Amino acid sequence: MTNILETTKVVKRFGGLVAVSDLTFSIPQRSIVSIIGPNGAGKTTFFNCITGFYNIDEGDIVFNGRSVKGRSPDQIARLGISRTYQNIRLFSSMSTIENILVGMEPQLHSNWVGALLHTPKTVKEEREALLEANRLLDFVGLRGKGDDLARNLPYGDQRRLEIARALASKPKLLLLDEPTAGMNPRETAETTEFIQNLRDVLDITVLLIEHDMRVVMGISEHITVLDYGKKIAEGKPAEIQSNPQVIEAYLGRGAAASATIEVSV
Amino acid sequence: MAQTANFSKAVRLGLIAGIVALSVSAIGMVQTFDVRDIITGVLTLGQLLLFSTALVAGYFSWQKGEGVAPVGAILRGLVAGLLTAVPPIALVFLTIIWPGIRNSFVNVSADLIEILTFGQTPVVGSLMLLVVMGVLGVIGAAFDLLPRRIQKPLFSGLLWTLVIGLLSEILLLILRPYTPRSVLNFLFGAKGITPITAVIVFVLAVGISAWWDAQGKQAMQHRRAEMAPAKAKQLRRLNIGLGVAFVLILPVIMGTYLTEVADIVGTFILMGLGLNIVVGFAGLLDLGYVAFFAIGAYVMGLLTTQGDLGIGGLSFWAALPFSVLAATLAGIILGVPVLRMRGDYLAIVTLGFGEIIRVLVVSDLLKPYIGGAQGILQIGKPQVMGFVFVQPEHYYYLILAGCLLAVFVSWRFRDARIGRRWMALREDEDVAEAMGIRLVSTKLMAFATGAAFSGLAGAIFASRLSSIFPHSFNLLISINVLSLIIVGGLGSLPGVVVGALVLVGLPELLREFAEYRMLLYGALLIVTMLLRPEGLWPSPIRRRELHAAELDHRPDDSEDAKSMA
Repeated sequence: MTNILETTKVVKRFGGLVAVSDLTFSIPQRSIVSIIGPNGAGKTTFFNCITGFYNIDEGDIVFNGRSVKGRSPDQIARLGISRTYQNIRLFSSMSTIENILVGMEPQLHSNWVGALLHTPKTVKEEREALLEANRLLDFVGLRGKGDDLARNLPYGDQRRLEIARALASKPKLLLLDEPTAGMNPRETAETTEFIQNLRDVLDITVLLIEHDMRVVMGISEHITVLDYGKKIAEGKPAEIQSNPQVIEAYLGRGAAASATIEVSV
Repeated sequence: MAQTANFSKAVRLGLIAGIVALSVSAIGMVQTFDVRDIITGVLTLGQLLLFSTALVAGYFSWQKGEGVAPVGAILRGLVAGLLTAVPPIALVFLTIIWPGIRNSFVNVSADLIEILTFGQTPVVGSLMLLVVMGVLGVIGAAFDLLPRRIQKPLFSGLLWTLVIGLLSEILLLILRPYTPRSVLNFLFGAKGITPITAVIVFVLAVGISAWWDAQGKQAMQHRRAEMAPAKAKQLRRLNIGLGVAFVLILPVIMGTYLTEVADIVGTFILMGLGLNIVVGFAGLLDLGYVAFFAIGAYVMGLLTTQGDLGIGGLSFWAALPFSVLAATLAGIILGVPVLRMRGDYLAIVTLGFGEIIRVLVVSDLLKPYIGGAQGILQIGKPQVMGFVFVQPEHYYYLILAGCLLAVFVSWRFRDARIGRRWMALREDEDVAEAMGIRLVSTKLMAFATGAAFSGLAGAIFASRLSSIFPHSFNLLISINVLSLIIVGGLGSLPGVVVGALVLVGLPELLREFAEYRMLLYGALLIVTMLLRPEGLWPSPIRRRELHAAELDHRPDDSEDAKSMA
């Protein structure tokens, strides 16, 4: 199986702090992979490196055979990487449907002349974009909420909308930063199923940061554990669960001797 | 009981209102505004300004739902009103013990004291002021006791009377050619409307407002709901047609002087539409917007002047594209270095850019080319098949065409992909970039479009005045334009028009305002931000955004969603 994303010895420093250190890591095509680790382990920083928010100091990140190093976030988005955010970052005073339409940006080609003159090409593109956006709205279960302002949606819907916006660019790789944070058990279960569907139905590779171990252990095919910016373990869920280094990182040295990760944490 | 317990709010508000009354008196506003009558012999603008403080203090001196009984409410109003009178009375007595006060406060004149004391002796006058303010406080407080169906007509009656009184000079100007002298003398006094007119206007406004609330509104909505879609469309077309016809014949109604004012307002509308794209749509705070206006004007001036500085000697129409193009290019040139800047930093840099252009224009360095402080004279006038644009009325149509073009472009862009990109940029630049939006082209497009409108406005401005001087292009223009789009409603196209009418049109018409223009801008901006942060005429989305809680789902929204799904 080919890898859609490969990173080799990625280093990101903030002054003296090494946030991501020598991270070599790969995601197979059509897989669901999770990154876990204690708070401050560098998970989100790593996301920001992949999506071009941060320039990496050393190493290389290759997506679909092309290096993303030095590319701007919009170029990387156009290559087919899309993401959501740990604390929801919607365009809050735009409507739900407009949020999705902005997400479709890499798919659109009309220019300002077309917008001014309403050329048939532009009109057609806009109409199709609206249809597609409505389909996505349906897909994430927000039917009928297209004209609501994003900030007026309930929390769970906002999370869904953020995923819909990320899907709108037709990504090959989707980065989800704590998609179930703040959700109740029922919503979490729904979201887990939803993420699985993304891969199974839409063929999207998913990279996940998640704290909820039930989600992580339930859907990931592969897990990478970060601590202090370093990879301390990787493998299948079962292997990670019993890895003493992981337990130490989460629970401290003393606990590591006797405990295994409580799946129900 | 709560009535007796809590007078602190009334006391506080009364004192604040009193200090406001003292301040507007001491800076000379009351006296300056006293020259303009609203109702001849009854009320001047100065008195209105002075006394409205007590009225407002009384109105806010208690809150519904505080469990205040009517008597308690009126008592609170009385306290607030009486306290409002204290600082001005203190001023009156201060002038007696300190006769040299005018050396420090030049505006504390005998005239002002006469206004404050109603022309009586200090003691009698102060007592009168106390009584008047107290009564006004009580009226203000009592207003809130009235049921809503009485409040609203009363308020609109008051408002209409004041507005018509205030604008009597203009109405007189419009009506004079068509109306017999005797009728005019009956309706208008020397500088305001006559008391009889005031009563007529008040009664009419109260009546119409009461009728509208009681029946008219419902009947109208009912009829509109019953109307067949085709007919509704016809009606809308008719309305638009009437609107267009009205705007087209406006110069004929208004006469030359008012048309000239309309030209000034129109120029600001055109600039406002441009800045609205930059600030309102894309969220890029530009404080040097006047620079593009200046560039448009100077290019027009240089290319068409018959003076020594002229280059090319083009006609107005030939020079116009160059003006717009030059401003657009300047917009892009300014845009490139500030691409990575946000918020305050962007504002400072653009502010600097505006000043650089102004300094360059007055500089000795460029004096041989663009005239320095002497400016450019004899700038060309537009011609259409031998007809030369000279009168304000002619320019009115030119400016109108420019505004319509700008509205059209703004409207098309707003609803297109580029508009969504701008708004995404305004909401969250980082996320917008991560969604695949190219920041460079998106920002430059906003700067370029905004600058183009401003350049167009500048070109027409130069031609209309036929001479331009550097001092016409100062920072205040940028601030004016920014204020008017904020007061009108950021991102709203009708808001720009309303903002320009209020912030540019009114001060032009009421000359007394000119001296206190900046003060009024500041006050108006603060009041807008506090009471109506979305502006006077917000765009529908912003209205929903800020008052979302008050707004139930509008029926047409869910219908839209259904038809889309």
